Amino acid sequence: MSAASAHSVVESKPWTRHLAGGVVILYALITILPLVWILMTSFKTPPDSISYPPKVIFEPSLEGYVNLFTTRTRQTPEYMASLPPPENWVERLVRDRNMVIAGPSKFGERFLNSVIIGFGSTFLSVFLGTLAAYAFSRFKVPLKDDLMFFILSTRMMPPIAVAIPIFLMYRTLGLSDTHLGMILLYTAVNVSLAVWLLKGFIDEIPREYEEAALIDGYTRLQAFVKVVLPQAATGIAATAIFCLIFAWNEYAFALLLTSGTAQTAPPFIPTIIGEGGLDWPAVAAGATLFLIPIVVFTIVLRKHLLRGITFGAVRK
Amino acid sequence: MAEIRVESLRKTFDDFVAVADSSFTIEDGDFFVMLGPSGCGKTTTLRMIAGLELPTSGVIRLDSEDVTFNRASERDIAFVFQLFALYPHMNVRQNIGFPLKCIGRPRSEIRERVEETARLLRIDHLLSKSVSGLAGGDRQRVALGRAIVRRPKAFLMDEPLGTLDAEFRDLMCEELRSLHDRIDATTVYVTHDQLEAMSMADKIAVMNQGYIEQLGPPQEIYDRPASMFVADFIGSPPMNFLAFGGVLQKGATSVAVNGAQVAVPALRQDHGEAEYALGVRPEHIRFDDGAALRGKVFETEYLGTNQIVTVETAQGRVKARLRADTRVSAGETVGLTFLSERLSLFETESGRALRTALHNAAPGGAAHG
Repeated sequence: MSAASAHSVVESKPWTRHLAGGVVILYALITILPLVWILMTSFKTPPDSISYPPKVIFEPSLEGYVNLFTTRTRQTPEYMASLPPPENWVERLVRDRNMVIAGPSKFGERFLNSVIIGFGSTFLSVFLGTLAAYAFSRFKVPLKDDLMFFILSTRMMPPIAVAIPIFLMYRTLGLSDTHLGMILLYTAVNVSLAVWLLKGFIDEIPREYEEAALIDGYTRLQAFVKVVLPQAATGIAATAIFCLIFAWNEYAFALLLTSGTAQTAPPFIPTIIGEGGLDWPAVAAGATLFLIPIVVFTIVLRKHLLRGITFGAVRK
Repeated sequence: MAEIRVESLRKTFDDFVAVADSSFTIEDGDFFVMLGPSGCGKTTTLRMIAGLELPTSGVIRLDSEDVTFNRASERDIAFVFQLFALYPHMNVRQNIGFPLKCIGRPRSEIRERVEETARLLRIDHLLSKSVSGLAGGDRQRVALGRAIVRRPKAFLMDEPLGTLDAEFRDLMCEELRSLHDRIDATTVYVTHDQLEAMSMADKIAVMNQGYIEQLGPPQEIYDRPASMFVADFIGSPPMNFLAFGGVLQKGATSVAVNGAQVAVPALRQDHGEAEYALGVRPEHIRFDDGAALRGKVFETEYLGTNQIVTVETAQGRVKARLRADTRVSAGETVGLTFLSERLSLFETESGRALRTALHNAAPGGAAHG
């Protein structure tokens, strides 16, 4: 409105734009290539996946996905011949390898654990983070700066540095290999990030909004829920994505503290063993499926990441 | 509608005194303006009346009810913010209806009153629009609508026109004043812009460093400033001050400024040996070649209907507002005479005005500490 439209003083020349474009494309290729490789591997057969030189053109197969979700046993040709004809394509595919399906694999459970622990800790981190950030942003908190520094300081070392005390603590408290234990652990790591990120966002929301709501008859809590939260949506979405990515991808603590009931997908996927070594297509299929929720979550919240919508009604 | 009474109000932030012992009464239906430079305590006073800030000491009464420590929502007042504070996630209709929704009015009533308010402000065609697309003036109208719709006891406005363009500001000044005349609501308006204050106010409180320097109708403040601060803050160009010293006697009708006798309104009291200042509004200066007080024209500023002439004198530069057709050129030596009955006298050290015949016509109690 009042601000002059932003334009550079020196118009960029076509070749600089092309160069910039080239750099971006190159960077995108480098980062996306491993992902494409995993996606391709997940559709290969086991022999194709380890062939040398690597096959770029290959006949796609769903064997990796079938192997990911099932456990199979090898049978004698006589036994195979005695079986009734396969009921569906999954059985046919498995029998082509002279095997029968013994039962479902644990991937489903592990994946569900990841969902429960990832989203649970994200919700808790963002919930606590928003309340704390609001308090730090709006109220006179004694020793505010020191407290904020203390909160940040929990991130000044790699979390795994405290692995041994946490391991011992969890064993004593009976939190090892429980969903609650993992949610609490990831929340403890994430909440400092959430407080710092969200405080920045809430600081930017003018106090006038809440004050207007207070005068109009809302209580402090109502004003917070109905006026501040909608405007902090951008920040909350961004914070949630960061928290989820951390909790979702965390490997070291999950490996150390979970083994059965609460094991998440990251430590599980590499343990998928096939005949005579790792079953690479199944591992790749697990990794591919594991990526999907985070991609969907990011896409769903993407529009909240674009700023501008919420800050349009205040002239600065 | 209500009378607002502020008694010995004080607010400190740690060591900083924002408001120092203010007492005043805003009468029912008054358009009351608090005017002053930034940091003078006007906004803090307003926020304490609103309940957004709690006073360190003192009492605030709304219609004689003590509301000093009541919640903002329990005071039944409306606040218009400088940044408008329209909720960006709601459209115009929802924004205006919000206060009614907060206090749980039925949907049909909200609808009716929002539309009535929108018609009053001539924004009924914008009701379904998003607030982020509105022009500055329309946003201000929506903010006003949100204030009016609840029919509160009083309106509090914190520099509501501060962010508008000059053109819009004049327009909104007129609209605000005519709106006030129509709904006749007690309004407390905070601004640092003397033109806004002069054009809208029934009464102005000029504030400086936490103190109210003067409280009175605009004309009173302009014609009979209670202190050098007020005289300097109000008026453009501000009042000229000519320094002189000596003893002033009760009944004296002239003072000696740099050897020249200048006629002044008769003094009401004796004043001892001290430094004084003669206050002259630019429009009360005439050029007269025979005058004893002389100076050299430094520059002239042509303004269409009149011109501002700056004259270099022994007492410093003096700005005079003369008719545009008066011929003056820079470097010329001129004599200055003043409209004696309009002059103010100040004691330089305290900055307070001396009581003279100028104050004869003034209603009592214009000056506040």
